[in-house]
Amino acid sequence: MSELTRRTAHEMAGLLRRGETSARELAEAHLAEVERTDRALHAWLSLDPERALEEADEADARLDVARHEGPAALDALHPLLGVPVALKDLVSVRGGQATAGSRILAGYRPPYDAHIAECLRDAGAVILGKTNMDEFAMGSSTEHSAFGPTANPWALDRVPGGSSGGSAAAVAAYHVPLAIGTDTGGSIRQPAALCGIVGMKPTYGRVSRYGIVAFASSLDQVGPLGRDARDAAALLHAVAGRDERDSTSAPIPVPDGLLRLAADDDEAAAELRGKRLGLPREYFVPGMEPGVEARVREGVAALEAAGATVEEVSLPHTEYGLATYYIIAPAEASANLARYDGIRFGFSVREPAADFIADYKATRGQGFGAEVKRRIMLGTYALSAGYYDAYYLKAQKVRTLIKADFDALWARGFDALVAPTSPSVAFRFGARMADPVAMYLSDACTLPVNMAGLPGVSFPCGLADGLPVGLQLIAGPWREAELLRLVRAYEAVTAGADWRRLEPAELGLAAVPDAPTPAERASALAAADRVASSTAGWPAT
Amino acid sequence: MSAVPGAAGTRHEAARYEAVIGIEVHCKLRTASKMFCACSTAYDGAAPNSHTCPVCLGLPGVLPTINRRAVQLVLATGLAIDAELAPTTRWDRKNYFYPDLPKGYQISQYQLPLAADGRLAFDTSEGPVTIRIRRAHLEEDTARLVHAELGGRRVSLVDFNRAGVPLMEVVTEPDVRTAEQARRYAEELRLVLRAIGASDAEMENGQLRVEANVSLRPAGREELGTRVEVKNMNSFRAVERAIAHEIERQAEVLNAGGSVHQETRGWDDARQATYLMRIKESEDDYRYFPEPDLPPLRVAPAWLDEIGGTLPELPGTRRARYREALGLSAYDAAVIVADPGATELFEGTLAEAADLAPKAVANWVTGEYLRLSRAGGAGAPEASAPGSTAPAARAPLAGHAGQPATAIAGRVTPAALAALLRLVADGQLSGTNAKEVFAAHFASGQAVAAIVEARGLRQISDADVIAAAVDRVLAASPAAVADYRAGKAQALGFLVGQVMKATRGQANAGAVQGALRERLDRTEA
Repeated sequence: MSELTRRTAHEMAGLLRRGETSARELAEAHLAEVERTDRALHAWLSLDPERALEEADEADARLDVARHEGPAALDALHPLLGVPVALKDLVSVRGGQATAGSRILAGYRPPYDAHIAECLRDAGAVILGKTNMDEFAMGSSTEHSAFGPTANPWALDRVPGGSSGGSAAAVAAYHVPLAIGTDTGGSIRQPAALCGIVGMKPTYGRVSRYGIVAFASSLDQVGPLGRDARDAAALLHAVAGRDERDSTSAPIPVPDGLLRLAADDDEAAAELRGKRLGLPREYFVPGMEPGVEARVREGVAALEAAGATVEEVSLPHTEYGLATYYIIAPAEASANLARYDGIRFGFSVREPAADFIADYKATRGQGFGAEVKRRIMLGTYALSAGYYDAYYLKAQKVRTLIKADFDALWARGFDALVAPTSPSVAFRFGARMADPVAMYLSDACTLPVNMAGLPGVSFPCGLADGLPVGLQLIAGPWREAELLRLVRAYEAVTAGADWRRLEPAELGLAAVPDAPTPAERASALAAADRVASSTAGWPAT
Repeated sequence: MSAVPGAAGTRHEAARYEAVIGIEVHCKLRTASKMFCACSTAYDGAAPNSHTCPVCLGLPGVLPTINRRAVQLVLATGLAIDAELAPTTRWDRKNYFYPDLPKGYQISQYQLPLAADGRLAFDTSEGPVTIRIRRAHLEEDTARLVHAELGGRRVSLVDFNRAGVPLMEVVTEPDVRTAEQARRYAEELRLVLRAIGASDAEMENGQLRVEANVSLRPAGREELGTRVEVKNMNSFRAVERAIAHEIERQAEVLNAGGSVHQETRGWDDARQATYLMRIKESEDDYRYFPEPDLPPLRVAPAWLDEIGGTLPELPGTRRARYREALGLSAYDAAVIVADPGATELFEGTLAEAADLAPKAVANWVTGEYLRLSRAGGAGAPEASAPGSTAPAARAPLAGHAGQPATAIAGRVTPAALAALLRLVADGQLSGTNAKEVFAAHFASGQAVAAIVEARGLRQISDADVIAAAVDRVLAASPAAVADYRAGKAQALGFLVGQVMKATRGQANAGAVQGALRERLDRTEA
């Protein structure tokens, strides 16, 4: 294991500029780390070492030129130059793969680059490969991947959250300092919370969706996952901004402040002084684990201790969030996923001597997993004649009310809201697979933020039963830099906490040769559960 | 039933019923690029799938961006049909599965079309008609399916060159009552679209596709009958015939005590009959919902003003001006406006020579010019005048593949027609000879004056020359002179003919007649 992988991206940037390491060395160290533990974690769906090393060499060449030209030229380089990153496997990169965790996209090679892939190339980041995810980003555990689950580095028989579980696990396990995820109802923030890292969903429209395999167009947003606020801010800076190819991307300037988060802890902590934070009572949902609530309340207390005022507030329409989300997102998905028909690309089944409808049925029937089919059916139903007004239209009206709840708080002068990210810590494989609603409840504290189009960030606030707990901050539109400064401030005021010095508990276990894969662990757990439940049913002797 | 639908022999079948017809027109807009991507729309003759990109192929992750020009053309159409233009409109997804639909949905406009509540007025053989237009909206075209045999296997191939081309759909209220009105509506709409440059609107190559919903109800009743959708009408003539046939067919069904089924029927031009394409058992459920990838579109009032300010004179306005300001008959006005070449020649000639009587110019344009240009076959204009029935036989269109048939068949410039008409007005060219000169100019493009000189057609109006010829003829024709004096008026015609013969036709016939009369009447006294 190379110590280089334990550095943050901004530390790597410093090493690179001072010539103390090279992009190639960084790429090789991280690829070795993947090699060391990914059998047990399965964070990655594909690696492209050859291309990554080429990109690293290009970055080293750019660094050489700049070093030659002097400090000003070095300063002009993006902090991500030469830094290894991971992409969730729904980002199109020309010639690579983009399965979106689905069998139906197996073999599909995008002939074009996503906007954010172009941005990362411009910045000089080195893309190592693509990470695992719930199929079409539908899920909260990464167990819905057609290519098998990902394990949580803190506990290998538990999920990393989802749908960006591969990206979160890769960052937590030091495979990369930074990864790209997408968040439609919590898919960046919830796995960030469960893996003990920072993950941000930016304002809807902040990052172009061009080239990102769509789940629910009005909710999807691309964002960064990293091990601290400064790293996440640098990645957001690289990919944010208006893109003509995405009509919903906003012509709002990206603040350079994202690259100037305070390095000094005292300076960073000062950010919290005088800040007015709201604590929405509805986010302490029934069934929240006591350990999670305890860490969240301690986190809130730390924010207050650093000079912020925290006031309990209400977002009265929160309770309708889940129901409306599960109408709007599947409705949009039912249309977005109609293009997977086996005619132009990807998985295709041809039924001999039958019409194209039979081909559609066979291709989609075999190509999509159960959760995706469930959501296509939900969405198709909600949009059908006679149901549209009662479901889709009504849900859109409730969505407006949810957004108005937040607007009212911004109008009252709150700088941000602080809340739990997930009601629970990482759960065991299989725990929620039989009960879709239990799985959907994982996102109760995150999906209202997508419904309102707001920026939200999850960051670690300690451990409960040895597993990470995430704290969430939510702000008004376009206030990502403010949010990340608050996260940075929280990092500063908790810099001395013991849990900050801990590595994911089972990372060492993951490095054991021939360690079981997550799929093996999941089936062993399922087998044990079957024995337990059949034992429980035996009559007493 | 009769082999000719709508002919007098079968018309009585439908007389007990009133037809209620609504018309949907899909028209390919004249834009350089596709509706939601930058691919070129100039794919005629290009290899299949050569004009495609990730966006119009519907690959994972792509997003649409709006073609501003396409929106502008629909707004211009909206202004031209006097429609309400929405200050804010949005896009909807129309969901259905078909191999020619790459995304599995079509981006269209459902609830808020760009233009609504318009109207179009035109003349028919039974008088003027105004049809209300419910809406005009933008959407994207589908790919083209090609059914072929490949290695002994029957296959369907998909060409995505057409996928994503901007289409405007224009839907009428069910105001149309006759097959002729339907044809005239489609012709008038095409004229408007061409005038404002929205579309080339060639029916023959699918730039203008007309579909009709036809139902019958007993004359005088309010409630509507079951409607049948009629498709596959590839010319204006086919529109009229297909609808006439469908009215007739439904009348026969109803008269026989049967009921009309809700179905889609296609027009078979060879058999001159409609045939069943598919039965609609229920309304299709397209699960429309607002397109989340495109924000609502706001049309700035300033943009609308700009579009309105650049609209050309519309066909209806132009016809009214020809009638009211220039004194043309309604028929002449309609005939000229219906043909872009004729319009250009008429307007140009008047601009060239403001002293010429518009009526005289119109006569030449509607008479000789259109006769020659239609006989020429090089792109005969398809639109016909109101009141005329569609010609039964027409010269085949040459060279129309991919190219809009130009309406100007010969080389008649406004300057040439003005020169010709001046010679006639000055008495230097007889009306008969003028037609000969016009035809020669049309065929060769040679200057009018040169043709007149070369053929020795300049008219003699010199009174002395004519008087000399008259004297010679009178001296040589004592019998005819005697007949005239005996009261046989037709003898004068013979004498005029003799003088014309003596001058090789160049004498001004009016002047000859005057000179003869004067001589005969004077010597008589």
